[in-house]
Amino acid sequence: MDMPRPDPIVLSRKSELVARLLTVLPQDAVIEDEMETRAYECDALTAYKCPPLLAVLPRSTAEVSDVLRICYDMNVPVVPRGSGTSLAGGALPTADCVILGVARMNDVLETDYTNRVIRVQSGRTNLSVSGAVAEEDFFYAPDPSSQLACAIAGNIAMNSGGAHCLKYGVTTNNLLGVTMVMMDGEIVEIGGAHLDSGGLDLLGIICGSEGQLGVVTEATLRILHKPEGARPVLVGFDSNEVAGACVSDIIQAGVLPVAIEFMDRRVTEVVENYAHAGYPLCEAVLIIEVEGSEAEIDAQLALIREIAERHNPIEFREAKDADEASRIWLGRKSAFGAMGQINDYMCLDGTIPVSSLPMVLRRIGELSKEYGLDVGNVFHAGDGNMHPLILFDANKDGDLELCEAMGAEILKLCVEAGGCLTGEHGVGIEKRDLMGYQYKPADLDAQMAVKDIFDPKWLLNPAKVFPLDVSDAKRSAQIAAE
Amino acid sequence: MEPTSEAELADLISSAKAPLCIRGGGTRLLGPIEGEVLETSGLQGISLYESGALTMVAGAGTTLDEIGAALKAENQRLAFEPPDLRDVLGTTGASTIGGVAASNASGSRRISVGACRDFMLGVRFVDGAGIVAKNGGRVMKNVTGYDLVKLMSGAFGTLGVLSEVSLKVMPKVEMQLCLRIEGLNAKQAVAAMSAALGSPFEVSGAAQALDGAVVLRLEGFDASVRYRADKLTQVLAGFGTVEMLDDQAQCDTLWRDIRDARGFTGSTGDLWRVSVKPSDAPELIDTLGAHAVLLDWGGGLMWVDMPKRADLRARMSVPGHATLMRSDDKGFEQVARFHPEAAPLAKISAELRARFDPKGILNPGLMGDVA
Repeated sequence: MDMPRPDPIVLSRKSELVARLLTVLPQDAVIEDEMETRAYECDALTAYKCPPLLAVLPRSTAEVSDVLRICYDMNVPVVPRGSGTSLAGGALPTADCVILGVARMNDVLETDYTNRVIRVQSGRTNLSVSGAVAEEDFFYAPDPSSQLACAIAGNIAMNSGGAHCLKYGVTTNNLLGVTMVMMDGEIVEIGGAHLDSGGLDLLGIICGSEGQLGVVTEATLRILHKPEGARPVLVGFDSNEVAGACVSDIIQAGVLPVAIEFMDRRVTEVVENYAHAGYPLCEAVLIIEVEGSEAEIDAQLALIREIAERHNPIEFREAKDADEASRIWLGRKSAFGAMGQINDYMCLDGTIPVSSLPMVLRRIGELSKEYGLDVGNVFHAGDGNMHPLILFDANKDGDLELCEAMGAEILKLCVEAGGCLTGEHGVGIEKRDLMGYQYKPADLDAQMAVKDIFDPKWLLNPAKVFPLDVSDAKRSAQIAAE
Repeated sequence: MEPTSEAELADLISSAKAPLCIRGGGTRLLGPIEGEVLETSGLQGISLYESGALTMVAGAGTTLDEIGAALKAENQRLAFEPPDLRDVLGTTGASTIGGVAASNASGSRRISVGACRDFMLGVRFVDGAGIVAKNGGRVMKNVTGYDLVKLMSGAFGTLGVLSEVSLKVMPKVEMQLCLRIEGLNAKQAVAAMSAALGSPFEVSGAAQALDGAVVLRLEGFDASVRYRADKLTQVLAGFGTVEMLDDQAQCDTLWRDIRDARGFTGSTGDLWRVSVKPSDAPELIDTLGAHAVLLDWGGGLMWVDMPKRADLRARMSVPGHATLMRSDDKGFEQVARFHPEAAPLAKISAELRARFDPKGILNPGLMGDVA
């Protein structure tokens, strides 16, 4: 993966930068020791590493503003970081950057059950937002798999989804307002506890902008009362096509499950060996969860059973109690860990129209044979968000490159099928050079026009989202023009 | 001007030298806009509809009637229920999906399922220089690059003229029930609506109608709706007698009137649409001196009939924003239609407009300054 050449002027001014940062931050918030900065050298896309020049850990919006003003003044790139769980390299440093970590900003600022909102500092973890309102039986709906660790800041940057977004939507549908610091240090308030924008929808463009437009320090989030109950079923099929058709029929019938998860035979086998969840060994396993009162759940599941039976499932297993419910989810929830046990893997994230599911799965199988790399498929079937896991050996020369090449082929396939490169993980560095598959130059120009306005010097989270040659040229040109 | 293709639309805009008044069917106009009328009604037709994938792609000029008919045939609907503002704004013509998208037109179900912008999966548009671009696509989840779909939704054509939109559609529900409580003041009404919306019973509409009655909507499968109606009646017992309406046509009419703010049809005042935190609505009502107020979105959306020329914003004591929806020409001259933004946001918005509309020809003056 190519990264921009570090700016020699920035590198040469490190001690001056540290001295200036120490005028606005306490000693323990500025990390310059090379052993310690190494902790920030990568995120969850561990194939790529680069220690930053420095890391800072501010505690308030005002401190973030001070840091950014200094970096802006000295033309230092800034990489914002939530909890570092990005699978796309969204928080990968450059050698000349300051990592701005928001982990120390994790307070709940306000909970408001009357208006069903919570205001938090952005370093707070996703799950602990729900935790903060659990006493009143409320929750924050978006639930990325990494929710125990991932921060709201990163969720907003990547517009994160989760297994339950089929019903509740992704981050952008649950975000009402932010306090954000612009690269020049200016603090802006966008949105609030009200529901819509009074002018251009700036909140909508900030959510999902991968930390390239500003650093979000506080967020107002929509919270909901928990449903009375929830129950999953497991349905096994002897073909992917049939499982796909069943998903489509359920959606069309007007049942709105909170989640429809899909696992193929390869993943089911690995998961069984690992977690012993008692899954049937067949071509496709669906896990479908519905919510409501006991009676409502029974009624919805009866309808789902009726639809599924038209497709001759080899098994339809309804959870009779909490223990069985957790066993049904156990396999799905251990899927990534189980695959990681047998090898290194790369997790892709393309989305496709649900109708293309059989074709795309078949083609992935063919690519797997062509490249000689094993692939397992586990994904959110209700919304077509695929997660093919390509297994490779990081210690074997050339295997990573082979895996990347195959990943690119699969993502191209997703785009050709009418879908997109990434459904919930973001572009980061991982997919930036593939953007041309999905977007024409004019489409990318329109996006970059927004970047020009929010961050004219292109200092925020450099070398992400847009093809490297394009963003590199932008940054050099803007700084040279000063 | 009525281009019949995206290419023709791009040619017209790239050669335009004077302001254009961009419109779909012209049913959601917020007062007069200077410039030659550019209508998108020629960009017509549903190009893709996959009911099993809940996806529809249509030309911006496709009428809501045509979209509604196609959806009805598959027992589906637009869940964000775009309001029909013809009666209340005194406009005529056929609403288009492009106009709905450009104005982020969202009805009462905003509080449960989301706004128009939450159902928009992709757009194609022509910017003010005549350049064609697309963003998003036609799949449910897409975080590939910046979300210009949201930016274009609610930009009222000032950043580009939409040529095509793709939408997430939803299945129709089996039935609905309404609960009704009379005799509540605004404070009690918001408290009752908050109690309902803060319950697990999935309320899909919460309004205080012009007659003062609080109405709540429940939708879904018959048994589920009835169960939730019973539970909710218990939750609301302290607020008064809870009446249940289950005549489907009566419920439809009731929610249509709220969604479309029909009660203000023909009223003589200036009509404002105000967005606030629901619990702030009662206090605001006390300070406005309004003729009448309709509360939707659990109190978060206020339709306010104000005395002519009374600047509602000057009386706003709480955070939020107000849009002037209906006035006479003089009123629209005197008062900005959209709420002035805080200085740093106004600067960003103005720069966005300057960048996407370098000639300053797309509905100039409608939303705010151009940098």
